[in-house]
Amino acid sequence: MATPQQQQILREPVIAPPEGAEVQKSHAEPKLHTKDLDFFYGNFQALHDISIRIAENKITAFIGPSGCGKSTFLRTMNRMNEALRNTRVQGEVLLDSQDLLSMDVNDVRRRVGMVFQKSNPFPKTIFENVAYGLRVNGIHRRAVIEDAVTKSLNRAALWNEVKDKLHKPASALSGGQQQRLCIARALAVNPEVLLLDEPCSALDPIATSKIEELLFEIKDTTTIVIVTHNMQQAARVADYTGFFLLGRLIEFDNTKTIFQNPSKKETEDYVTGRFG
Amino acid sequence: MRSSRQKNIVNYLMFGLTGLCTLMTAGILFFILGYLAYHGARSLNLEFFTRLPAPVGETGGGMANAIVGSAKVLFLATLIGIPIGFLGGVYLSEYGGQTFSFVIRYVTDLLNGVPSIVIGIVVYALVVHPMGHFSAIAGGVALGIMMIPISVRSTEEYLHAVPVSLREAALALGAPKWKAIVTVVIPAAIRGIVSGTMLDLARVAGETAPLLFTALSNQFWSPGWSKPTATLPVMIFTYAISPYEDWHRQAWAAGFVLLVLVLSINIIARLALARGAYVPRA
Amino acid sequence: MSTTATLDQGVAPPGGRVVSFRRRLRAGDEVAYLITLIAAGTIFLITALVFYEVFSQSALSRHKFGWSFLITSVWDPVAGTFGALPFIYGTVVTSILGLLVAVPEGIGSAIFLSEMAPPRLSNACTFLIELLAAVPSVIYGLLGIFILVPILERHVVPPLKSAFGWLPIFQGPFYGVSLFSAGIVLSIMIVPFIVSVSREVLLAVPRDQREASLALGASQWQTTWRVVVPNASSGIVGSIFLALARALGETMAVTMVIGNTPQIKASLLAPGDSIASVIANQFTEATGDLYLSALIELGLVLFGVTFVLNGLARILIIATSRKGAHS
Repeated sequence: MATPQQQQILREPVIAPPEGAEVQKSHAEPKLHTKDLDFFYGNFQALHDISIRIAENKITAFIGPSGCGKSTFLRTMNRMNEALRNTRVQGEVLLDSQDLLSMDVNDVRRRVGMVFQKSNPFPKTIFENVAYGLRVNGIHRRAVIEDAVTKSLNRAALWNEVKDKLHKPASALSGGQQQRLCIARALAVNPEVLLLDEPCSALDPIATSKIEELLFEIKDTTTIVIVTHNMQQAARVADYTGFFLLGRLIEFDNTKTIFQNPSKKETEDYVTGRFG
Repeated sequence: MRSSRQKNIVNYLMFGLTGLCTLMTAGILFFILGYLAYHGARSLNLEFFTRLPAPVGETGGGMANAIVGSAKVLFLATLIGIPIGFLGGVYLSEYGGQTFSFVIRYVTDLLNGVPSIVIGIVVYALVVHPMGHFSAIAGGVALGIMMIPISVRSTEEYLHAVPVSLREAALALGAPKWKAIVTVVIPAAIRGIVSGTMLDLARVAGETAPLLFTALSNQFWSPGWSKPTATLPVMIFTYAISPYEDWHRQAWAAGFVLLVLVLSINIIARLALARGAYVPRA
Repeated sequence: MSTTATLDQGVAPPGGRVVSFRRRLRAGDEVAYLITLIAAGTIFLITALVFYEVFSQSALSRHKFGWSFLITSVWDPVAGTFGALPFIYGTVVTSILGLLVAVPEGIGSAIFLSEMAPPRLSNACTFLIELLAAVPSVIYGLLGIFILVPILERHVVPPLKSAFGWLPIFQGPFYGVSLFSAGIVLSIMIVPFIVSVSREVLLAVPRDQREASLALGASQWQTTWRVVVPNASSGIVGSIFLALARALGETMAVTMVIGNTPQIKASLLAPGDSIASVIANQFTEATGDLYLSALIELGLVLFGVTFVLNGLARILIIATSRKGAHS
């Protein structure tokens, strides 16, 4: 069994928050806050004046027709768009009231994790996939890594299915399992925010419901932002929902309000299926 | 956080290190250009283009015969290599079945990898030996064989990049397949194919080894196609390893001319490709 | 002709005329198919012929010396004794030396171009390196003789000898032309090939792999080294094989700086000879069938080795780019 020393290690947070990032627990302060955010692909303006406050430890969903900018917006919040060529961002993004755009980009992405539309496990073992984020963030102690891998796989509701084949290649898993592995991989570094970009678009209904369940499980400790083209999914999982159209945030409110009593005509047309 | 600063330091370090590798690699080109311009342009004069090589021991003279010889050998090579390569490329892109195409592609790559000196041996055995003497024809055959693989692959690649919709448009109008290929697909890809052919030509223009015992060389004019023929690359080789100062000077001049020729064809062809309508990713 | 075809097809009533017309069309396609098939078949035949010629023309030497041709080191045309070992030794040593320098430099450059550099810089450098690959080998030889060898003689070998002179590979006098010089020239020549092939296979790694890693807070370098390079590793190995095959078969530049002395010396500073060089130097003056046959057998050896290397390289590269295309 674990020695007191090991237990000490286990109790320590896997990754300490960066200096100066004192988490403010005041409910008035949103976890993520954007002000007048514009985004350009070359000369094309993909986002116009997006201002939004995303509440801590809640699930926020973005809906809208394809090409409306919801994924682009998601990707500005962990600065993934910077990996694309010829892009430009204007405006402010605050994470815990701090300017996210001027932070160290690696720190941003460690604190704001992301799960992609298509599951993208590395061609490594299941264990190494989950351990990857820890290793690149400078954690090398075997015990700490094993503990974090177990915990993350548990939180992603994958542990029971893979505990006997941790050292088998991740490619052997089914599509739904692979996507949960990617969630586990993102959770392993203890992100404060988890961004999900249409995580269920390639999955069958059973795999989808498993992922939705696990989102409920982790929302106590993690702020979740999910982009989905599936309105029912937004209605099922989200506390708040935002509707995007042509690069603008048309409406943002409680999920219930958006779906039952939207204040804008465009939103109503979209959620009632009268759109386009 | 310590690890994140460390991460950034390593990142910058590796950026610098890999950048240094690139600098070293790309920088060599400027060394080559610089030295050839310095030694070559100095040695270059009108005589180089108009006179025959001077007899051993005398200074002066030029390489007019080698310039004409290179042109002749390259002309023959194009005549032999390009039709086979082009049609082979059309086969792979438009007609080929899966298995046979895979075999042809693989064989083409292997032919591309055959050392040029081995091609020289084979052409010696096939052409020079039966004819009884070295000739421009043999040189042309050797370079022609070397042109085939690149011609095949570039033709296939550029034809392949023509959108399916364009083919379908032609076929939907009732054109038979071959006519659709000739009138629509090939014209759409022509810029790529021509550029590919130019690059191919530039590559064999500098080949020396396969000419050593096919075209051999000649101190004089070689009229017709069946006499030993001087070519620029072989002249550079023989002059460079000779013990005469004046020959070294001429080797530099010839090297400069050859390099300028090869690089300008390359630059023109690559620029044409960069502006082409359908640029496939290799 | 094309107008008649459309008109015919447009107005022809259903019946015999249309069928025969269709058949003519089919025939046109059959002819086009056949012409291109013959061209494709010719490529196959030429490659087979290359092998057949070097194999059959070397029969005399193969029968006389058997496998001992490869492991004996006396090359005496007068006595009619031919052993290829000094040439094989020279070829292998210079190629390995070339790879030792070229592989780290080439892969480093490829990583910089595909992963680290800003796009404009990357495009410009890629263009330059492609031009470099087009420089004829005889030009490298020219620069080798008149520029590189003097530089090595003055600035590289003396410090190397004073630092590592106790190593057998750096002992003995240096005359300029040597295995060392040939290896250095080769390294310069093959870097562009490693760069261009490795860069392609790195670029073929799907973007979602990079994004997955970056999204976990990995730096660009960590992403490159831990995710992109492992994904492309077999293709990179393929590029090294390809470069090795080129180095082994390289003739002109090596011939001009290696010294053309068939001997096996431990020192890299001693002159040597290579397979391609001895063929280039002696083929036209070879008197007697056995002499010629022995030279052609050297060609066969070269052909065999590069054939296998190229074959392996292609398989590795195809495997990598397929993986990229499918995931």
